[in-house]
Amino acid sequence: MERVPVLKIGDILLVSIQIDMEDQVALQLQEDLAEKIVATGCHGVIIDISALDIVDSFVGRTLATIASVSRVLDAETVVVGMRPAVAITLVELGLSLPGIRTALNVELGIEMLARSRAESAPDEDEDEDDPAAVPAP
Amino acid sequence: MSEESRQIPVTTDQDVVRVRQLVRTVAVDAKLSLVDQTKLVTAASELARNTLVYGGGGTVEVSRVRNEIRAGIRIVFADQGPGIADLDLALTDGYTTGGGLGLGLSGARRLVDDFTIDTAPGEGTTISITKWCR
Ligand SMILES: Nc1ncnc2c1ncn2[C@@H]1O[C@H](COP(=O)(O)OP(=O)(O)O)[C@@H](O)[C@H]1O
Ligand SMILES: [Mg+2]
Repeated sequence: MERVPVLKIGDILLVSIQIDMEDQVALQLQEDLAEKIVATGCHGVIIDISALDIVDSFVGRTLATIASVSRVLDAETVVVGMRPAVAITLVELGLSLPGIRTALNVELGIEMLARSRAESAPDEDEDEDDPAAVPAP
Repeated sequence: MSEESRQIPVTTDQDVVRVRQLVRTVAVDAKLSLVDQTKLVTAASELARNTLVYGGGGTVEVSRVRNEIRAGIRIVFADQGPGIADLDLALTDGYTTGGGLGLGLSGARRLVDDFTIDTAPGEGTTISITKWCR
């Protein structure tokens, strides 16, 4: 079975999905990422899906689960690079990916992570406002 | 009338990937628009996974078709599994018996032009979808 690599770049974990994943490969990625978050203490995860020409409900659910698990492990996930046709199809499929933060590309994803880290960091304001987070349905 | 068709067995995760790849190739050949290719491959992925997971495996047949006015692609998913007792329920967004998102059947129906389903308890399930070239 193929495996999707998880790269540590600075304090961010970067996953670039370059293959058409079998379901088991997607589940393995979910596990590998959780372990890597704990092992590295990284607070940010970027998942680049620009090479994916479809996202079905299984992959969509996997992305949502990764985002939730990361959050529990004190890491923020941003999904980047979704193709326009994939976005249109996902919405029609009925999947709006609630709770997943997205950015157009890796660079903007890194900026987004840096910003939200800065907002939630040192002189901690007690208000938990996170304008970019989408509330769960 | 069917022009050319290819059938592949669906018994593993890897076969679901093969279905996606075959459908994509045929959709490109048929000159579907990029969005329509994406919709058709996504619908096929959902239904092939259902054939595998709920139908216990089966076959997927992809055909180029043509009627009086248009060309298109038809895909038939067939299994000899338990069938679906309550079709309306199964076609409801969010309904799942397998811990999924319950969007495969209902979502696939929205993504294609024609969607027909033939199923009964103990009789297996056959689903046919068609996407027409615009
Ligand atoms: N080929 C099939 N054979 C038997 N039952 C099926 C089949 N396809 C779908 N179903 C039933 O319909 C339900 C909804 O399917 P779907 O919309 O794809 O959602 P999910 O796959 O997330 O459960 C399934 O949970 C299952 O009970
Ligand atoms: Mg399904």
